[in-house]
Amino acid sequence: MTQPPDQTAPSRLALAHVSKSFPGVKANQDISLSVRPGEIHALLGENGAGKSTLVKIIYGVQRADEGQISFDDRPVEIASPKAARKLGIGMVFQHFSLFDGMTVLENIALGLDETVPAEELKARIKAILDSYSLPLDPDRAVHTLSVGERQRIEIVRCLLQKPKLLIMDEPTSVLTPQEVERLFQTLRQIAREGCSILYISHKLHEIKALCEAATILRGGKVVATCDPRVETTRRMAELMIGAELKSIERPAGDGKAGAARLSVERLDMPGEPPFGTSLKGISFSAKAGEILGIAGVAGNGQAELLLALSGEHPASRADAIKLDGRPIGFSDAGARRAAGLACVPEERNGHAAVPDFSLAENVVLTARHRLPLAPSGLIRQGPVERYAGEVIARFDVRTTGPAALAGSLSGGNLQKFIMGREIGQRPDVLVVAQPTWGVDAGAAAAIRQALVDLAAQGSAIVVISQDLDELLELSDRLCVINEGRLSQARPVAGLKLEEIGLLMGGVHGESHAAEPTHA
Amino acid sequence: MLEWRRRREPSKAMLYLSPLIAIGLTMLTGMLVFGAIGYDGLRAVTAIFITPLIEPQRWADLGVKAAPLIMIALGLAIGFRANVWNIGAEGQYVMGAIAGTGVALLTHDMTGWWILPAMALAGIVGGAAWAALPALLKVRLQVSEILTSLMLTYVAVQFLYYLVRGPWKDPDGFNFPQTKMFSASQTLPAIAEGSLVHLGVPLAILLALIAWFVMSKTVAGYAVRVVGRAPAAARHGGFDANRVTWAALLAGGGLAGLAGLFEAAGPFGQLTPQFPVGYGFTAIIVAFLGRLSPPGIVFGALVLAVTYVGGEIAQSTVRLPSAATGMFQALLLFFLLATDVLVRYRLAWKARPARSAP
Amino acid sequence: MTAAILVSIFMTLAAAATPILLAALGELVTEKAGVLNLGVEGMMLCGAVAGFAVAYSTGSVPLGLLAATLAGVAAAMIFALLTLGLGSNQVATGLALTIFGIGASSLIGAGFVGRTITRLGPLFPADYAAHPWLRLVFGHDAIVYLSLALVLAVSLFLRKTKAGLILRAVGENADSAHAIGYRVLAIRTAATAFGGALAGLGGAYFSLALTPMWADRLTAGRGWIALALVVFAAWKPGRLLAGAYLFGAVATFELQAKAAGWSFIAPEVLAMTPYLATIVVLTMMSLGGRTGGRDAPACLGKPFPAS
Repeated sequence: MTQPPDQTAPSRLALAHVSKSFPGVKANQDISLSVRPGEIHALLGENGAGKSTLVKIIYGVQRADEGQISFDDRPVEIASPKAARKLGIGMVFQHFSLFDGMTVLENIALGLDETVPAEELKARIKAILDSYSLPLDPDRAVHTLSVGERQRIEIVRCLLQKPKLLIMDEPTSVLTPQEVERLFQTLRQIAREGCSILYISHKLHEIKALCEAATILRGGKVVATCDPRVETTRRMAELMIGAELKSIERPAGDGKAGAARLSVERLDMPGEPPFGTSLKGISFSAKAGEILGIAGVAGNGQAELLLALSGEHPASRADAIKLDGRPIGFSDAGARRAAGLACVPEERNGHAAVPDFSLAENVVLTARHRLPLAPSGLIRQGPVERYAGEVIARFDVRTTGPAALAGSLSGGNLQKFIMGREIGQRPDVLVVAQPTWGVDAGAAAAIRQALVDLAAQGSAIVVISQDLDELLELSDRLCVINEGRLSQARPVAGLKLEEIGLLMGGVHGESHAAEPTHA
Repeated sequence: MLEWRRRREPSKAMLYLSPLIAIGLTMLTGMLVFGAIGYDGLRAVTAIFITPLIEPQRWADLGVKAAPLIMIALGLAIGFRANVWNIGAEGQYVMGAIAGTGVALLTHDMTGWWILPAMALAGIVGGAAWAALPALLKVRLQVSEILTSLMLTYVAVQFLYYLVRGPWKDPDGFNFPQTKMFSASQTLPAIAEGSLVHLGVPLAILLALIAWFVMSKTVAGYAVRVVGRAPAAARHGGFDANRVTWAALLAGGGLAGLAGLFEAAGPFGQLTPQFPVGYGFTAIIVAFLGRLSPPGIVFGALVLAVTYVGGEIAQSTVRLPSAATGMFQALLLFFLLATDVLVRYRLAWKARPARSAP
Repeated sequence: MTAAILVSIFMTLAAAATPILLAALGELVTEKAGVLNLGVEGMMLCGAVAGFAVAYSTGSVPLGLLAATLAGVAAAMIFALLTLGLGSNQVATGLALTIFGIGASSLIGAGFVGRTITRLGPLFPADYAAHPWLRLVFGHDAIVYLSLALVLAVSLFLRKTKAGLILRAVGENADSAHAIGYRVLAIRTAATAFGGALAGLGGAYFSLALTPMWADRLTAGRGWIALALVVFAAWKPGRLLAGAYLFGAVATFELQAKAAGWSFIAPEVLAMTPYLATIVVLTMMSLGGRTGGRDAPACLGKPFPAS
């Protein structure tokens, strides 16, 4: 099914044999692709497949080592983002390139190469907002905006330059299903007006819904090009992953609905200034043997919830959080671990692990409470290294050994190590945020399997994730966090996607059970 | 063309080699600079860096100058590891000496083995107390310890001036601004009859050993390192950053205070306005030269002691101004910070892009 | 008569405030770009000694001021080379710069100790300032006026110009600024150079205007106070002006009390006041809820690219 790019049709953007290496990694090898005017072209691939590097080359953030780029059928050198914009290339970044402390207007002005007086710029912004019917207030400070609104700033910033090619890097990873639909309408309108769109994603159903052509990357190389409208999702997924899809094995046994191991009742917590989200009246329980999923759009209190559960932010009432019936709200992170509650935060580097410490030293960070690694304050090197070795072996962590620095591991391997470090301590309750974020498919499957296995042994597991597909696959029950409030948990079986979407967007309906209380 | 390439892991070899490279570059630059402004550059550098090492009669002096640097730098290094930037060690050093001298003046007519330990204890408490204010303000109000600890240094020095010119002035001192000389039971004994080397020197080495053990083998040392490297991870692991801040500042202040007392009860034998010689600032260089590790600090203190002793030699042999020592020390720190890049990066010939092997 | 005394006190106050205002204003711009240069004291000393040496040997104070500015820039460029070029720790490098400034000024100044020069005089002819109140307006030297003009210029630059917006953006989020295509390191280098220039000029104000005589370490920690002033001012030029003149008042009080021969306060205690006042002010800022956190540029002191 691989077709060579059509050499005769006019192309907006054409790459020929582009390669780029970093120390130890060949990020892009011999990549060729072609995007027609007005086409929405998907660049599909897993995390680490080389998509981000490739778009950075196209946008002039990085230079290719080899290869040729043509724009409107003319060979070009794109030396900087400024040069890219001059050609008519705009880009919306995955992690938005915005300045939180500044206003929308200032942010947009920063993205323009010419200096425009504030009033004129406002008028031009308004014109664009109107023609695409996008709501956005130019004088608001960015940190007060929702993620969807922030993305609009970037889009407006690009549209002001009347681009011929718009690059969207993983634009939906932080949006609710409704916001995604809205974005797609905007993108279709932009494409109708003749602007090409290079759409980077690993979400297949989105690509099927939006794109007319797709280039699939794996390990830095083009493995296929196809028309996603006619290709099956499964086939594209297999091309992307390079293996047949494996599904999770559920261990036999009833396992379900044991006693509540972790119960949270009316947990309130003010968000950390300046931009934190406050938790309001959070109540839920996780039972022995079950996996409870917590869905939600990023920035709705997930990070705060994890810190509240881990003990990094102690609660204001001891009985707001109970572990097997014992109140632990006042306990610090160490005491909660000793009691059997383990947490894995979303950010691996610098939160779950210390990048410039060895793996063995990283074991001491969170395993010293439940394992005899440092009784009486003296670190016992032997047991520490043995445990690190066990984790490495059991979770197939690709590394040189316990002495390797955590920062030298790839994202997926470090995540496997961190998950292994916690699961190996047999916690009674495990709370995990984004367990497979930025992890390749093989490692992700292994991590999910490990979670299912731990639950089967009678632990309660809470998974906080923005990846709905993952939650639907893993969880027994699901609830949604929105603006610091948590919906009631529902059994996953029979749950409709639209319903979850509405909850994620803040429409709580009758399911909004927990009322905020103010102590 | 040469280019910088990032290493996949920091180079262990460069961690130890780069201070030596920095020393070499400092000597070379010093030679050129002092040559250019009309001195005999080669002789100046030889006098400063080599002569103290090859003349055995200088060694005792090296030890005496290295001891306070070791003690202060040990405390500072604990702080720097924890991202606590106590740069007011000079003030803590002075306050330690003042507190210890207070005990000495109270016990001037007494004798007994307990007097010196009591002075040492007062020195530790005085230094720690002077570091406690920055700690309190940092922990409670997030006021930068950099500014407060430094401001307090100026205050401590003025306080010293006040005491030696006023209430503590020796009535039999011909109106010189200085305290009484300490008595025999208030003076640090020499390690051997007739030696310049006082008890503080072996004690400094012992303290370095203890600091090394605590920092590398205990959970407390781990807490300091993890709080400095990754505060969020430290909190996740159940470590309390505020306690580490307190501990780092109190340890730094206490060690600086003890060093100050040893200096007062050793080489000085009294307090005078000339007492603050800047060891508290030089110890910052020592801490970095020693890579914030206790064994490295012993080495670093020796290097800086060499520049002090050598600076005096160069004054008499090459007529180099005394300020030149300070310049050499600052150059050393610059080169040290600059060569640090070699730990994380390496220089390589720019290869043909596509063929570049990892 | 009282008017004359009041005016003269204010003249002293303005003179005491000016070097700190200059140094702090430069550091404010540096910090707005995300660079924390703790070497202000060192750069001031470099400027002070270079200014004095050139003014002494050429007999021209303006040339001395120019040399001081350049010396400040040169010192700042050492800092920029190390922190921005080689990615060294900004705190440590700033300390190194201060130690360097102390050493270099002491070495170069060794030959000038006790030498005097004709100090920088008032900008306007004496008859403009015949009346005490007119002296308040026309009696200052050029640097006082320059410092006030620079406060206005920096304030307008940061708030009203595209270049100022870009500078703030680099300090707010260096990664975003880089992604959009701004040259983060070049902008930071320029901001650091500006900080060095003003610190050098501020240092020279000590040796060429306040005390027209060379003395070792004559800035006496004013560079550090300038750093504290930036925090106090919450990175706003207007507040910086107020803070510097407040500090000038404290320093003038110290001088007046000494001159009046108050015997109930020891001179050493008076000498402590600026430093104690700095600690008190920093503490009160925090008590008032204005911790550095919210006002400080978000990327202050963080290396780019992140290591």
